[in-house]
Amino acid sequence: MSTLVGKHTRLLVQGLGEAGTFHTDKAIAYGTNVVAAVRPGKGGQAVRFSGQTDHSGVPGRADTYDVEVPSFDTVADAVAATGANASVVFVPPPFAADAIMEAADAGVELVVAITEGIPIMDMVRVRRFLEGKRTRLIGPNCPGVTKPRECKIGIMPGYIHSPGKVGVVSRSGTLTYEAVKQLTDNGLGQTLAVGIGGDPVNGTNFIDMLSMFQDDPETEAVLMIGEIGGTAEEAAAEFIRAHVTKPVAAFIAGTTAPPGKRMGHAGAIISGGTGTAAEKISALEAAGVVVARTPSEMGDAVLEAIRRRS
Amino acid sequence: MKIHEYQAKELLAPFGVAVPLGRAATTPDEAAAAVRPLVEASGNAVVVVKAQIHAGGRGKGSFKEHTGLRGVNVVTEGLSGGVEAAEAKVRELASQMLGSTLVTVQTGPAGKQVNRLYVEQGMDIARELYLSVVLDRSVGRNIVMVSTEGGMDIEQVAAEAPEKIVKVAVDPLLGLADYQARALAFALGLSGDTHKKGVALLKAVARAAEQLDTDLLEVNPLVVTGQGDVVALDAKMSFDSNALYRHPDVAGLRDLSEEDPAEVEASKHGLSFIKLDGNIGCLVNGAGLAMATMDTIKQVGGEPANFLDVGGSATEEKVAAAFEIITRDPNVRGIFVNIFGGIMKGDTIANGVVAAVRKVGLNVPLVVRLEGTNAELGKRIIDESGLNVVSASDMKDGARKIVELAGGAA
Repeated sequence: MSTLVGKHTRLLVQGLGEAGTFHTDKAIAYGTNVVAAVRPGKGGQAVRFSGQTDHSGVPGRADTYDVEVPSFDTVADAVAATGANASVVFVPPPFAADAIMEAADAGVELVVAITEGIPIMDMVRVRRFLEGKRTRLIGPNCPGVTKPRECKIGIMPGYIHSPGKVGVVSRSGTLTYEAVKQLTDNGLGQTLAVGIGGDPVNGTNFIDMLSMFQDDPETEAVLMIGEIGGTAEEAAAEFIRAHVTKPVAAFIAGTTAPPGKRMGHAGAIISGGTGTAAEKISALEAAGVVVARTPSEMGDAVLEAIRRRS
Repeated sequence: MKIHEYQAKELLAPFGVAVPLGRAATTPDEAAAAVRPLVEASGNAVVVVKAQIHAGGRGKGSFKEHTGLRGVNVVTEGLSGGVEAAEAKVRELASQMLGSTLVTVQTGPAGKQVNRLYVEQGMDIARELYLSVVLDRSVGRNIVMVSTEGGMDIEQVAAEAPEKIVKVAVDPLLGLADYQARALAFALGLSGDTHKKGVALLKAVARAAEQLDTDLLEVNPLVVTGQGDVVALDAKMSFDSNALYRHPDVAGLRDLSEEDPAEVEASKHGLSFIKLDGNIGCLVNGAGLAMATMDTIKQVGGEPANFLDVGGSATEEKVAAAFEIITRDPNVRGIFVNIFGGIMKGDTIANGVVAAVRKVGLNVPLVVRLEGTNAELGKRIIDESGLNVVSASDMKDGARKIVELAGGAA
């Protein structure tokens, strides 16, 4: 998946609060090339990050890092000065939609929005704003994107990943970590792990990622993690049946969730009898996807999916 | 967040949506006192007494304490007996309805206690239609949906006669366009002056949905009166809780008596909590993982007592509050803390759990599984606390351990 993120990624950070600062440090320690921060009113200043890298002791890689990240007043300034081609948004919910639009307007190719709690109507406007622009938005309310050993954008813990051939796409945050760790523990490395977020209106959906994984020569199998609410999994199942030749495994969270209750994520609600886990599981199985019955079996499900197709 | 019908109508009226005249009441006296001004202002001796609860199906719902009494009652006594007769009937109905339990298809068998009534002018109804504005996730826009089958459950219409539902997507930058509103009004069979009124109402409702950040705005029925007016006879609104910060007036309409007290307490701390019927308390970070934890507990033979997502940015205080809410449930026989840190750090969770246990005590088994950011630090904090905590190596291991320690299945 060299096209989405990788060694070529030049990341700028929008929102250097407590969480933004903590995870920027972790991203640099992972090896991500963080080139700029946008802090309106603090342009010209710099923030220093230093410490021990995640790969210290690995031959040919640096043991420590000491980076000065320059700050800019606007995304446009940051892009002009640093050639940033990706942005990560940690900006608080009332201002996050604006931050996403600023990045898109400045021509940033990939915007990863971590922020949880953005009003739905703000995201409806963002989606409209992005029409016809070349920016790909991932999230919001997502854990980010990680290409093992190369680039980590967002809040995923770096150590759980290992490079390999499985593409991971998920609506959940922490459940993505669970999945990635199991894959790694099972000896299944990842090409890319992507959290698309738990909000009802987001930038990138399952079908976008399935299509990228299908076209990616490095990816040999896909693990998709869905949950109750909406019909994105059913649409993905239909897409898989028609267009995906690679083995696909899945897990759907919320088998025990009661109807009519919003299960944390704004998008996770069974309403009017639609959006149940059972419907999603049967749609996926009908499309030839191996569906894990418990989250502890996600790794096994990927192995089973690969075995069935080989 | 949900609000009552009368509140929804009060919010819609300033947008130009025609609503019947009405007055809210919490006592039989208030209900009776509402009658005269309504009759005088509307010129109609008929009034309607409607129970106000956060659930639909009130018209067909019935009271546990009063067989045969419905949640919505038309009072026609005023036609022959004058205002005094209407007042007496409204007072009698109000004294039966207030404090009693209304059971509808949406409340579940337990029903909901009625604490408020809405007394409304009677309407001369020629036709009943359906109108709603709801988010369509697949297109990422609000859609305005209408049907000629008013007064019915729209899901039933969708299942039995989907061709009777007409919908259009609203461009968020332009709003509902005139041509879209016209097409919807024609689809509703409106003509002449009534068509014009319908177009204006449709545009007003779409604008209200956008400006008030509703995640559901439903007018069912939307009625055409004998005089050709188009009126929202009922209104149901729920709001995107992420947007309430910019609508303090709407946030102020929240009726805590309609909600589960533990869920209210949790929301004060920014926690996402839903009470369930089992006996294994769960404290998890992330909605997906929290659901998966419940699923796993069930899989190994237990029953979850709750869904609880402490969220991404939980502080120690938040974790402690979560712990207290879980332990307050008398059904809880064991607690499973399942954390995979990303934005949330393992040491924050550990400090919160330790602080909470010190404060509220621990009378049930506690299993903790920590993974992810600062997990090692978190494990050390729990080990060094001297608390009686069982640690688990992964989610399934933790679920098995807590179900066993809690004494098996519920």
